[in-house]
Amino acid sequence: MRHVIIGTGPAGVTAAETLKKLDPGALVTMVGDEPEPPYSRMAIPYLLIDQIGESGTYLRKNNAHFKEFGISHVEGVVESIDQAKNQVHLGGGTEIGYDRLLVATGSTPVSPPIDGIDHPLVSSCWTLEDARRIAAVAKPGANVVLMGAGFIGCIILEALAKSGANLTVIEMEDRMVPRMMNDIAGNMIKDWCEERGVSVNTSTRVESIAEEGDGLSVTLSNGKSIPADLVVSATGVRPNIGFLDGADIKTDLGILVNRQMQTSDPHIFAAGDVAQGKDFSSEEFSVQAIQPTAVEHGQLAAKNMFGLKNASHQGSVNMNVLDTLGLISSSFGLWMGVENGESCELLNKERFRYINLQFCEDVLIGATSLGLTEHVGVLRGLIQTKTKLGVWKDRLIEDPTKIMEAYLGSTHAIGHNAKIMK
Amino acid sequence: MLKSLQLEPEKCTGCLQCEMACSYENEGVFNPAKSRIKVFNFHDEGRFAPYTCTQCTEAWCLHACPVEAIVVNESTGAKEVIEDVCVGCKVCTIACPFGTVNYNTDSGKVMKCDLCGGDPACADACPTAAITYVDSSYTGLDRMKSHAAQTVPKT
Repeated sequence: MRHVIIGTGPAGVTAAETLKKLDPGALVTMVGDEPEPPYSRMAIPYLLIDQIGESGTYLRKNNAHFKEFGISHVEGVVESIDQAKNQVHLGGGTEIGYDRLLVATGSTPVSPPIDGIDHPLVSSCWTLEDARRIAAVAKPGANVVLMGAGFIGCIILEALAKSGANLTVIEMEDRMVPRMMNDIAGNMIKDWCEERGVSVNTSTRVESIAEEGDGLSVTLSNGKSIPADLVVSATGVRPNIGFLDGADIKTDLGILVNRQMQTSDPHIFAAGDVAQGKDFSSEEFSVQAIQPTAVEHGQLAAKNMFGLKNASHQGSVNMNVLDTLGLISSSFGLWMGVENGESCELLNKERFRYINLQFCEDVLIGATSLGLTEHVGVLRGLIQTKTKLGVWKDRLIEDPTKIMEAYLGSTHAIGHNAKIMK
Repeated sequence: MLKSLQLEPEKCTGCLQCEMACSYENEGVFNPAKSRIKVFNFHDEGRFAPYTCTQCTEAWCLHACPVEAIVVNESTGAKEVIEDVCVGCKVCTIACPFGTVNYNTDSGKVMKCDLCGGDPACADACPTAAITYVDSSYTGLDRMKSHAAQTVPKT
């Protein structure tokens, strides 16, 4: 069996390894369009602050890992897929034939329609190449403007602030991380950052960017203009599906897949940021673009490419964890709640601590936390197993921090569902 | 033969010796807040429950790690954090559905039970045998596993 994987991020690499484990005799080829070994974009913020070198971002640390696994890694840009001949066409005229193809091409930063966005001093922070460019300019005293305080904006915010640059954040929504945090949490993160010397402008847009002297002048929707030596654009990402123009593969925001991660072409699968996979909570198919989901997709896609039965996607829980200048936040599932659901929360604004739980009947369906580093994963466990909380729901409403007790009390040897403790 | 930590809440008196032993063994301080095993207090029932990583075969933490900082120790079966490789991104802390990988704000890395390399300090310290290190084939573990399995997300 010839398996070709386009993309060398977490989804592609996980799929390649899973395929070789399932079928050591299979021919597995990964095609990547960057000159580096497969690396993690999640690690770029730590590269920017010199906590790690570039090799610290690599997905696999052993240089010979893919060779030893029997996985070929080809550098090239896939320009098109010939579905009739089961071939991918690379730039330069190379063709690679496949029996099963996985599209794991990830996503690319969107470029907002703003005058001056193409200026060389405006950069996204997405690739190792971007990181090198930013690190060269973001020095103590430099004026840096960060456009966008979403998840990606926020993971690089700390690195930019630590570089000693004067950092100004511009976010068009009314709070930070609006697609991950509710009003209370998003504004507490803003307060936290401002107390630490970062200027955060919410409900503000960048209107235009113009060259001024050696640097830039950034004009905001509030009428102000601020100087910038560097503008970092982090206004969202979109799936890399452009090369599928003209292909007979159904797409929406991303590539449409079924619960086997299979596209409308039965020989072609999709995984990771590019795939519109099943969401556990909404049961709809959406692009999540998060690391744990990319890995789950990669494993599932590989199992189905190999032909395993019963490898159906139950849906990935949307979740994120963020560290903004030392304030740790996380959100899970339907953190915004549902109609006719119930919720509880505990808030200590002075200590920047917050936990909000969302229920549907006696099942946890979503959660938000600030300042919580202990046992936070159990929120995912409770959501994804749809654990019936019984008496623990009322106990959580009384004290939402008792998440581990609720889990143990609901499930384990001492728990009511195990009929040992009532 | 692989061994596992067997946790028996009904034998736990809540003395916290395990937490002290764990934090001393792994962090060099007697500080339950630094322990990888935690004793949960159930006031209403008058019970205590020690709990830590079960070294689950799914290894959610390991697969979620973007930089290969969590690896399997082949001799103990433990999923271990390699501190030098961990960047502190915390994805494993939200991926572990059992809530047993925690972020250590002092070190900027994550921490979890590594079975102390095959001689777990918590089991040595427990005066009531609520925590024992036994052959993985021991039948008492089946009960623990079946309870743990209830919370394993199905993929």
